[in-house]
Amino acid sequence: MTAPLLSVRNLSTRFRTERGTVRAVDGVSFDVAAGETLAIVGESGSGKSVTALSILRLIPDPPGRIEEGEILFEGRDLLKLDDAGIRAIRGDRIAMIFQEPMSSLNPALTVGMQVGEPINLHRRTVWAKALDKAAELLGKVRIPDGRSRLSSYPHQYSGGMRQRVMIAMALACQPQLIIADEPTTALDVTVQAQILALLKELTREANSAMILITHDLGVVARYADRVVVMYGGRIVETAPARLLYKTPRHPYTRGLMASVPRLDGDTDRPLVPIEGQPPDLATLPPGCAFAPRCKDATDRCRAERPPLVESAPNHFSACFFHDRLAA
Amino acid sequence: MQAYIVRRVLALIPTLFFASLIVFVTVRMIPGDVIDLMLSQNDIAASKMGREQLEQALGLDQPMWVQYGRWVGAILFHGDFGRSLWQNTPVSEQLLQRLPVTFELGLMALIVGLSVAVPIGVYSAIRQDTPGDYVARSFSILMLAVPSFWLGTMVMVFPSIWWGWSPPIQFVPFSKDPWGNLGQMIIPSIILGCALSAITMRLTRTMMLEVLRQDFIRTAWAKGLGERLVVARHALRNALIPVVTLIGLQAPLLIGGAVIMEQIFVIPGMGLLLLDAVSQRDYPIITGVFLIVGVAVMFINLIVDLSYGLLDPKVRYR
Repeated sequence: MTAPLLSVRNLSTRFRTERGTVRAVDGVSFDVAAGETLAIVGESGSGKSVTALSILRLIPDPPGRIEEGEILFEGRDLLKLDDAGIRAIRGDRIAMIFQEPMSSLNPALTVGMQVGEPINLHRRTVWAKALDKAAELLGKVRIPDGRSRLSSYPHQYSGGMRQRVMIAMALACQPQLIIADEPTTALDVTVQAQILALLKELTREANSAMILITHDLGVVARYADRVVVMYGGRIVETAPARLLYKTPRHPYTRGLMASVPRLDGDTDRPLVPIEGQPPDLATLPPGCAFAPRCKDATDRCRAERPPLVESAPNHFSACFFHDRLAA
Repeated sequence: MQAYIVRRVLALIPTLFFASLIVFVTVRMIPGDVIDLMLSQNDIAASKMGREQLEQALGLDQPMWVQYGRWVGAILFHGDFGRSLWQNTPVSEQLLQRLPVTFELGLMALIVGLSVAVPIGVYSAIRQDTPGDYVARSFSILMLAVPSFWLGTMVMVFPSIWWGWSPPIQFVPFSKDPWGNLGQMIIPSIILGCALSAITMRLTRTMMLEVLRQDFIRTAWAKGLGERLVVARHALRNALIPVVTLIGLQAPLLIGGAVIMEQIFVIPGMGLLLLDAVSQRDYPIITGVFLIVGVAVMFINLIVDLSYGLLDPKVRYR
């Protein structure tokens, strides 16, 4: 087996707050193979966005800090690079798409300039050529009449169009890895599917890998090869997407699935929400972070933190009762 | 855009009308009559002119609305601001002579102020809570707290005590000796500019901090841009929009400050003209100066409004 494109090892990111240190990401490890789509799933505050930002070292410091771990990208540890080194990776080898297309584009700069900027920066192309390329990219993300649109500003675009611009920007330097942080959360439902399909198509075309961060399991089912489920800053389950759907081996994953409608199978099945609130990361219990909300939790769950173990081939779960869940 | 400018200029007319009315009436309400002042002067008293004769000669015997009508009429139809009550010289001549001097002082002070305020404000924001930021903020508060007339006086007094040097008080016009003139203007400009820079710097810092927290700045970092480009290309333009507004609001302050600086450094601009005229109750000069200042402030604000379009693409002039 060849080395993965990206290998995150034991990543821990903390934030210092007035209420003490918050472990937003705590000992997270996962791999992304070239061309693969990995979904990171979890509720708000589960640490999925912080994980994504940590990869490109975009965590604001202070208050945030990557305390330990390795982020190996093409064999190099991104956390050990100097400033110029990480800047050469950002936008060129690894690109990022953010959640809010409304606020993630600069209101004072033309769309052409913002899309052409990575090309101008990383390829050292003159602006005229970078803008040519930008027009081409706008065509790729199905923005009609791209060339004449170069000189328009973000406020002249709808939300969906802006997210297309963000995608064009991310694709500009044909990165090996695209990190999409909830790329469709802020969009209308009708536009969401279009954008995701476009993203998937274009990454496949460019043979780029993608980390797709979402809280929507429906999205995962359609677009991801593998899934990482996060809860309370840790990975609770990871498996190939099909396997995870068929036999979830963590009560949190099961809860997530029970709370969203499924088109296949039993449509009469009632939706069951997960009771309780996501954990407060500043005061995590000593045991399993999900124990307070888990109806099957035992004294052991509350006292001892279950390790992430390979419960079935390629299927890892951090639950003492992973076998019982699969049965 | 052109239609917008035309409409804005037309909108100035009613403003100007009220401004001229207020200026004209209030000046005449200053206690102490010009006639009394004149009669106390020996040469006039010697000429044996009576109070009525003097009033008649100066046109002050008419009701105020007639005086106002004559004054406005003369300005509108002949560009005539009247004549000085004392020297009998045309006011417009005086204004034309003094205006460029004050304009130069104001412009230089503005340039000094902005070139101090914006770079320091930006630096202070991107190095928030470092010693450099504290020094910059302290400087800003100091400049806010120290009145420019005090600073000006100190600059006049102490160098002459210590080194026997003081700023030149013999005014050199720009047209005669540009370098000599600039050398003379630079000290009052720096003092005035620093006073103006205090608030501008604070606002630049605040706005930069605000903008640097925005999502699109994170996008800029994620593209691999270095700090210089993130700040200069992505943050600064967005942060400067309110700063430009502030400059417009500071225009009257700038002119007011110029009056004081002219007095301290004996620069024959509008400020000095105004002060002399007020002490002599030379009504046509006072009203003339006020009117010009009013027009200047209005046009500065028009320019400020137009410059938003350069900074903010969402602004459309219709």
